[in-house]
Amino acid sequence: MTDRRTTIKLIIAAASVMPAMRARATYKLEPGASAPGPLREFEPTMHGYGPDPDLIKAYEKGAFWPLTLAAKQRQLATSLSDLIIPADEHSPSASAVGVVDFIDEWISAPYPQQREDRETVLKGFAWLDAEAQRRTEARARSEQSFAELPEAQQRAICDRICNVSRASVDLQQPAQFFATYRNLTAAGFYTTLAGRKDLKYIGNVALTHFDGPPVELLERLGLA
Amino acid sequence: MPFVTANTQRGPYDVIIVGSGAGGGQAAYTLCMEGVRVLMLEAGRQYTPAHETPMFQTPDMAPLAGASTPDKNKGFYDATIDGGWDVPGEPYVSVPDKWGGNFTWWRARMLGGRTNHWGRISLRNGPYDFKPRSRDGLGFDWPISYDDVAPYYDKVELLIGVYGGETSLENTPAGPGGTLLPPPKPIVSDHLLMHRAPPLGIPVLPGRRAVLTRAQDHRTIPGKLHPGNARAQKILAEAMRKRSPCLWATPCGRGCAVAANYQSTTVHLPPALATGNLDIITNAMVYEVTVGKNGRANGVRFVDATTGRHEHATARVVVLGASACESARILLNSKSGQFPNGLGNSSGLVGRYVLDTVGSSVSAQIPLLENLPPLNDDAADGLQVYVPWWLYKEQLAHKLPFPRGYHIEYGGGKQMPSIGTFGGLEWLTGGSYGKKFKEDARRYYGSFVYFDGRGAMVPNDNCYVDIDPKVKDRFGIPVLRFHWQWGDYEQRQAVHMQETFGQIAQAMGGRLQSPVITDPVKAIAPGGYMIHEVGGTIMGASARSSVTNGWSQTWDVPNVFVADGGVFPYNADKNPTLTIMALAWRMSDHILDRMKRREI
Repeated sequence: MTDRRTTIKLIIAAASVMPAMRARATYKLEPGASAPGPLREFEPTMHGYGPDPDLIKAYEKGAFWPLTLAAKQRQLATSLSDLIIPADEHSPSASAVGVVDFIDEWISAPYPQQREDRETVLKGFAWLDAEAQRRTEARARSEQSFAELPEAQQRAICDRICNVSRASVDLQQPAQFFATYRNLTAAGFYTTLAGRKDLKYIGNVALTHFDGPPVELLERLGLA
Repeated sequence: MPFVTANTQRGPYDVIIVGSGAGGGQAAYTLCMEGVRVLMLEAGRQYTPAHETPMFQTPDMAPLAGASTPDKNKGFYDATIDGGWDVPGEPYVSVPDKWGGNFTWWRARMLGGRTNHWGRISLRNGPYDFKPRSRDGLGFDWPISYDDVAPYYDKVELLIGVYGGETSLENTPAGPGGTLLPPPKPIVSDHLLMHRAPPLGIPVLPGRRAVLTRAQDHRTIPGKLHPGNARAQKILAEAMRKRSPCLWATPCGRGCAVAANYQSTTVHLPPALATGNLDIITNAMVYEVTVGKNGRANGVRFVDATTGRHEHATARVVVLGASACESARILLNSKSGQFPNGLGNSSGLVGRYVLDTVGSSVSAQIPLLENLPPLNDDAADGLQVYVPWWLYKEQLAHKLPFPRGYHIEYGGGKQMPSIGTFGGLEWLTGGSYGKKFKEDARRYYGSFVYFDGRGAMVPNDNCYVDIDPKVKDRFGIPVLRFHWQWGDYEQRQAVHMQETFGQIAQAMGGRLQSPVITDPVKAIAPGGYMIHEVGGTIMGASARSSVTNGWSQTWDVPNVFVADGGVFPYNADKNPTLTIMALAWRMSDHILDRMKRREI
């Protein structure tokens, strides 16, 4: 049974380790007011953008929580994202349109799904580097990273993990990582202007009338 | 623009309305247009779609490219504020069902409530839906009929602007004609449904949604809605002129800055405020209806969320429009010597017979829709066409293992690419990456269709809310405890949805990633998931068998009314919102009548 002074010290100490929590109003009962029960202090459990963010602004990556990928990890992210979505005649590579920042923002986010993805991605990065080292001559091994492998060797590794249902049992986890990472790369890429242009998306423009598809197309498809 | 605070109330008020959504908004509109002084109390903050709606923002402008998170459960740009499946500081309790499933309750805390983010789907209940028990012996009849409500469906459609087709089918009334706006042109994937479903015996109709596909007729509609009331006509005409027709571009779930779709904040409240008869207090969490010695309500108690103070507001009449379960909660928490089990609860039925919509989904990939030329498929944000229930006769002849039906919401096309659009495609691509992945993305983009079933639920004794004996929210108000268990009927209906969707997809030459779900427990979406919860203060023919009468008036306390979906004794396969508004208008006309005769 601690004394009152110690209890107060414990409460102050606990409060000081939670600096990231945004304060919400503490409500006090007015004297004489009838109430169904005592008011409790509410403490938020999320450290993200909160339940009422400004929806009009365009946000930079890192606006709500810091980006956390280290330089070497960004190198790997760049290399892998560009392997998944390279430049072609229709559109740039993933890293050229900010996908690495998107992925950094994703795996740095405080929400449960993103925290789970963070673990998956960072483990996957470590696995890729380990694979790169495994395939490298002993004298250069400890410095070898996946990012610095020639593309043909990167593909040799990825070809074995790019389809969860065909990957061998011992490669299931790396295959799940690759699927997650490819989803994230595609998510980051196709939500950009460059991605929309690649797909020839022409929506999201104000129109005075909506005409639907041309009759010739419907006829060609047998749907006229 | 009278947004007042507890300290600057400008009483005396004739009517207090709790909640600013579909029911509360409609009641405020009707009452204020007839000169009634109304105080509206809204738990959430003030919200102005004209300034706050992210119309053309693209996903890359949002954190996590707009992904859904615990803070914004339907995505960053969804209009819902301070809510979703959880409202910070306002928990609820769910008792798991026998399969371990839980009811989830969607709430918003904002002016206009859930009318800001809803899908705008506006279907009329049909004649069968008001007398289900008379038809097949199950559930409860409403004490009113389609004919009682039909004139109000007409009025609401004229007021808020609803697009749709003029064809009526069995138990699927289109209305008398002349109340609807033209439906949008179907997109390619719609034409595919229109071609391949009817040969299976499945009809396809134009969709019905509360979106202006052309400007409203501000010259003649005000006269139709407010005959003899020149001031109301003028105010409504002015309000209608301010609304723009749809821009054919942006998702309705974000809300609409140009008031092209219906949300209470842009359609009901502005003309109501323009009458000068409406005061609104936001951040006002109502928790109790107070009763005088004469057994009549005299006001409500609420917590001012900005100060923490408990306040009391008084009026001649109290209208609860806080949403079905929230209004039931207020009544249950309104205990007194006269009403030890909660206000209006002499029947013991407050909180009982909560209902939701049966939901189940399938998506399919359609090779015919691959590699189409560039197309703008935005239309008015979906449901250009839909499928109304079509097996009434078979059901009445007991040829199906479930008694009530569902409609099918359908979508497809080249939607705004979002974070999920190209995720999880290995089943089609074989796991491609690199240049091939980009080619696959281009190939499969726009080639997916979605079927969502939305079905009727028979009331059952296992679905109700009561007050949790221990848990209180951040204001100290005891919270709701949800009890939920789908009946066999609903689960079998969900399996039928799955099988039907599989058949239609097959007729389209489509492919499914996995087989349709035939396990009844797994086929049905969890309770609350459809966000159509109604019931809890059901209307009926007697005070013993119901909480409210055919005028949405509580049997026990003649000056307490319920404007939200709580009065529904049946949730048909028609989304509830249009019916909520029609009933709220009808209720408000009755209140006016009774007030004029000084009966309340």
